[in-house]
Parts: sequence; structure tokens; C-alpha cells
Amino acid sequence: MSEYLPMKKLNMIEAINDALDVMMARDSNIVVMGEDVGYFGGVFRATAGLQKKYGRTRVFDTPISECGIIGVAVGMGAYGLRPVPEIQFADYIYPGLDQLVSEAARLRYRSAGEFTAPITVRSPFGGGIFGGQTHSQSPEALFTHVAGLKTVIPSTPHDAKGLLIAAIEDNDPVIFFEPKRIYNGPFNGYYDKPVEPWSRHPDGAVPEGYYRIPLGKARVVREGEAMTVLAYGTMVHVAEAVLADKGVDAEIIDLRTLVPLDIETIEASVRKTGKCLIVHEATRTGGFGAELSALVQERCFYALEAPIERVTGFDTPYPHSLEWAYFPGPVRIGEAVDRLLKA
Amino acid sequence: MTEAPKDLWRSNLPPLQLHVPEPKFRPGDAVDYNHLVIPAAGAQARPDESCAASETHPLCLDLVRVLGEDHRAVGPWDPKLDPETLRRMLRLMALTRAFDDRMYRGQRQGKTSFYMKCTGEEATSIAPAMALASDDMVFPSYRQQGILIARSYPMVDMINQIYSNKADKLKGRQLPIMYSAREASFFSISGNLATQYPQAVGWAMASAIKGDTRIAAAWLGEGSTAEGDFHSAMTFAAVYNAPVVFNVVNNQWAISSFSGFAGAERTTFAARAIGYGIAGLRVDGNDPLAVYAATRWAANRARANGGPTLIEHFTYRAEGHSTSDDPGQYRSQAERTEWPLGDPVTRLARHLEALGEWSDEAHAAMDLELAEQVKAAAKAAEANGVLGHGLHHPFRTLFEDVFEELPWHLKEQSEQAIRERRIKWPEWKEDNA
Repeated sequence: MSEYLPMKKLNMIEAINDALDVMMARDSNIVVMGEDVGYFGGVFRATAGLQKKYGRTRVFDTPISECGIIGVAVGMGAYGLRPVPEIQFADYIYPGLDQLVSEAARLRYRSAGEFTAPITVRSPFGGGIFGGQTHSQSPEALFTHVAGLKTVIPSTPHDAKGLLIAAIEDNDPVIFFEPKRIYNGPFNGYYDKPVEPWSRHPDGAVPEGYYRIPLGKARVVREGEAMTVLAYGTMVHVAEAVLADKGVDAEIIDLRTLVPLDIETIEASVRKTGKCLIVHEATRTGGFGAELSALVQERCFYALEAPIERVTGFDTPYPHSLEWAYFPGPVRIGEAVDRLLKA
Repeated sequence: MTEAPKDLWRSNLPPLQLHVPEPKFRPGDAVDYNHLVIPAAGAQARPDESCAASETHPLCLDLVRVLGEDHRAVGPWDPKLDPETLRRMLRLMALTRAFDDRMYRGQRQGKTSFYMKCTGEEATSIAPAMALASDDMVFPSYRQQGILIARSYPMVDMINQIYSNKADKLKGRQLPIMYSAREASFFSISGNLATQYPQAVGWAMASAIKGDTRIAAAWLGEGSTAEGDFHSAMTFAAVYNAPVVFNVVNNQWAISSFSGFAGAERTTFAARAIGYGIAGLRVDGNDPLAVYAATRWAANRARANGGPTLIEHFTYRAEGHSTSDDPGQYRSQAERTEWPLGDPVTRLARHLEALGEWSDEAHAAMDLELAEQVKAAAKAAEANGVLGHGLHHPFRTLFEDVFEELPWHLKEQSEQAIRERRIKWPEWKEDNA
């Protein structure tokens, strides 16, 4: 449907802003709130201009209290609003965890559908911006572990808009993590080289107006035969660049939604290629890669020709000066690709 | 244990001492409540509902009381309710108590896993429910069953929930008494404490965003005021002037921890309002007329865009925390009998008697009638089954409502659960459930 709409070139922040704008115009029950999101328009400018357009009772600043932000959103959802709170950095989300895990995620179940939490929690996540340990984390596995939460991570402006619209329309709580390293361009992991802006990338073309990308549907970035690469967010672009450099005919799958997961696309690809590489920036132990690895092993064991490879961040806090030693960049991915090719 | 460095002990400074609060009375102790300051009924000023929040702040350290020692209603807080309304209030409190007694026995008889009584605290839910509009949204904690009773929610449905039976509207998913009743504007109860406080603020903010006229009210115990959620809620309510009434039911005990572990040795719970700059009232929670008047004051203020009010209800938890608790292990049993603010049901009955509108005979007849009413409801609910007796919800409901739609992984797990059941009971069919 989106291909019939006129397109415009946007970076990921503009695409997110556009999605919020489109939805706020369509549905007066949508409210946007968070630290610095009102007059100022957010520290990353994702909500710029929205307060001026929709007024202070629909777009407003909040106290610095993530527990309060999420808790208030749950109450607004119970009233009938569709809140889209912003948590300024994913690293700050923990004070709101009880409200997400014990309340938003379980409300439909515990009330047998009397009350629901149609909330989309937007939050910039991931590193590669010299943010140190409090502005770089990738905590998605904490949320994929919780029954009742959906977790969505876009990797392009085109997807960010369509997925955010679908998330806002979803009647269940959605964690929408925005990979802030690729807000302005598809960073490919070569940190010593300049980053291309989204305006030069095909997925920087974003349809105007309303369009949605269904949750639970992965995107095949590139078809290939040599191996299946499962990635999301920033790592989609890093993996793509490394495999292109190495001239490997890999099938790259951008998961887009971690829960619900598009298992069909994953299974079909691994059955075809016989090899699987999983890449994420988050810490390794108990990361979402472990879940992916278990699923692929359970479902595709007899098609596998090599051990499943996981490339991840290290099990340390996100360092500041040694950021690029931590980041699962081209060298770490390249080593895993070589192992799979030799197997 | 790490020892302090030796040279520290040689300094002239006294060693620091950690204060760990300890209640005045433990099991076996004689109880003397002389240290509690109980002001005379009627002595507290009643500021205008539209006053500056600071005008209420002296009341945060006082105690609003209406019913005096002579059982007469006195002073500016007297809500001047007619005898019929007073009798209704009495009846609802007595019905709540009769319900608690029956459900407590039901738990002891093995009909359910768990129950929580509100004995001695009935006024803190019945009187507010009567003072609020019936469609004001309430965000209760786990001891406000009186609100559902006051809002005429079907008692059979409450018991179905307690028994987790096939007619339980919550499909047997929640611990007994964790009701949810949207039709009664009663929010789903959480076992995680104080989470309902910011939610109530959010609901109230939404109501204000939409230009509605309904307000929100929330309850929690004094122990839960220590949770971060309480303080987040206070901040948000103050910042956005949210139309919400906060109730802190200070029943002195959080399971075995006395109120000192929530800060009661330092100041009152109502005094939290002073720091946030919102209106606050401290009320004799065993005086149903004072509770009614305070709630009405706060509700009128909120409805007129006057903002939030924090009400501390000073009361006493006469029974254990729950059926899983034995208060004889940690507090003196004499506390209940010595409690200087009496019992709310008795106090309201005496007030009606003083008005010539009630009698012991009428009271005894009412208690009998209410016991029969509860018994009939319990019997009707038992026909739908009791916990663990097979009459539960269809098996598939285990996986429903996690999400609006069943994703593939839950479909797979649902099939597994059915497979497991057929291994155990080969004849089992979903229809048998």
C-alpha cells in the first residue's frame, strides 16, 4: 500500500516525528509526553513542533520520573486515551519497570480484558555515540522476556514510520526502541569513515501520510544462499556492510519486531542456507540472540551445516573511551562469518 | 561483619548509631495509648473547598473528627446526613463485615486459597464510596471491598472471583479479592503495592484532558507510602493539578511492620501533602462521618479544578493482614481492644441511637438479615464451584488475553498444554472443563 503514496526523504527522527504527527491528527486520544518533549521537542527533536500543532494538553513535558511517566500512561490508557510516552534514553527506563512489567503487560490478562494498556513507549537505545554506560544500553531482552509486551526496533526511516504507526494502533503495550546511532544515517560499523545521510539511502524515502508496517513481520533486506543473518536496528547495516565487503552471498533478515517474532521467515531462510549468524549490540548472556539461537536449533537442527554463531556486545557495562572495542563491529562479525564459511 | 577502622574509635567523636524503629507493644505487653493525641470532635476548622492548599496544612497534623464521646455529630465537618443515609452507611459497613466473616470462614474451610478482611476499616471505603459520584473512577488497594459493596456490585460476582470458579469474570487468573469491575468504575487491583497511585493520576489527567467531570480516587496503606510510585504520583498530581483524591489508610500495621517503618515516628502521613504543596487532611478513620465529610470536601475541590487532596485515615487493622498471617506473633492482642478510636460500625450505630433512629434490636435484626444475604450469595457462588474442584474456566483461557490476538508461540504452548492434559487424562476434552 505504501508504494502508492508520494514519497519524501526523511531521516529517522523526521520519520518518527511524521508518524506521531499523522497519528495525532487522526486520533484525538493520542497524547505524547516525556521529559523535554513539549515546547523543546525532545532532546533528539523527535517531537519537535507537535506541541505547537496539537496543544499543551496533548504534548507535554513531564517530571523526571519514569515510574510516574509509565504509571500515568497506564491510567490514561484505562481511561481510553492512547498515550505515547517517551523515555529519554533506554538506560533510564528501569524506574518504570514495575509499571511496565507488573502493570501494563498484565493488565489485559489480570482483568480478563476489562482494562487494557494501549501504550507505545518510545525510547532511543543502543550505543556508538560515545554516550558511556548510561546513554548506550540495549535492554531489549528485559522486555522480550515479559509476557504481554511487544518489542519493536526499526532500522530505517521507512520502517520507523510504518512500525510506529502500527505500534500506536496496537491495543497492547509496545516497547519501541529507536537505534539512535542510525537516527541520521545508516551507520555501517566503520566508525573511522564518514556516515552516509539517510537522504542517499533508498530506505530514507518515506511515504507521506498514513501507512503501517504490521508488527510481527520481518524484512528480508537481501536474499542470499551462503548463510542467514538475523539482526535488528543498527546491526542490520553493520552486518550488511561487512558481508558486502567480504562478497558473501548472505540472506540478511531485519527482524523489526522481536515479540511477536516472524518465525516463519527465519525458519524458511535457515532451511535454505543451512547456516545462521545472529548479531546484536546488547550484552551476550541471556540476550535475545540466545532465544533466537534456541529457536533456530529447535526448528532447523537437521538443516544446519554449522554451529549457530552469535555476535554480540561483551558482558560488561558499555564503556566510554573503549566504545569501539565493545561494539560488535566489522572485525567481530567478520570472524564469525569466516567460521561459518569454513564449516 | 566489617569492623570500623581502629583509629576512628580513638577520635573524640561519638560512634554513629543506627536507629531501627520498634513498636511500643509486642505480644503479651499491656497496651497504653496515652501517647496518641486524640483531639476533641468538632474542634477542627473546615477551610473552604477552594482555599489555598496551605490552609489545610495545619489539618495534616491534626485529626478531623465529627462523632464525639456522646455519639453526637459536632463541628464544621459534620456532613449533616439524614437518618436514612446514615442507616444506609451503617448497613453497608455491617454488610462488608458480614461478607468478610463468611469469606474468612470459606477460606478456612478450604473453598479458596486466600482472603483479606477489612475489619475495623470499613468506614475508609464505605464512606468515601458514598461521598464520591458513582462513576468516579476508583483505584483501590486490596482492602477496599467496601467500595464494591457500596456500589451495589453483585456479591455473587465477588465470591465467584474469590472462589476462582467457572463464573469468575476474571477467569480464575487473579488471587482472591483482586477484583476488577469496570462497570462499577473500579480498577483492576494489583498485588504490587502503590502502582495504582500514578495510574489514578493518569486517569484523572485524562479526564481533565478530555474536559470530563469525573474524578479519580486511589487508596493504599501507610506502609506503601514508602514506594517510589507514591511519590511519583504526588509529584505528577501536584504538577498537573490533577483531579484526584489520595487515600492513605493508616491502619498502623503493614503485615508485621508497624507504621514506624514507613516514617510515622517523624511525622504524619497526611503531612506528605505539605511537601508537595497539595491539600491534605488527617481524619479519624473510624469516624464514618469524618471520612465522608473529608472525601466530599476533597471531591468537590477536585471537581472544581482545585486539584488533588491527600487524606490520611487514622485507623487500626483489627485482624491479621490476611488469612496467611498471624498477628499474635508480632503485636499485642490488647491493641485492638484498647484502640482509642473505637469501632466504626459501633460508633455509627451509637450515633443513630443518640438520634433516636436506631436500636440494639434493629441492629441485631439487621445483622441476622445481612448474614442470610451473604449466605445466600455464597451458596449461589458455590454452585459455580470452589477453588480446585474442577469447575474452573475452559482450559484455553489460560493463554487468552496475554495479547489481544494469540501469537504463534502462545498457540504452540497452548497445544502443548492440551497434549499434557491428554497424557494425564486420555478421555479429557475441552468440553468437560
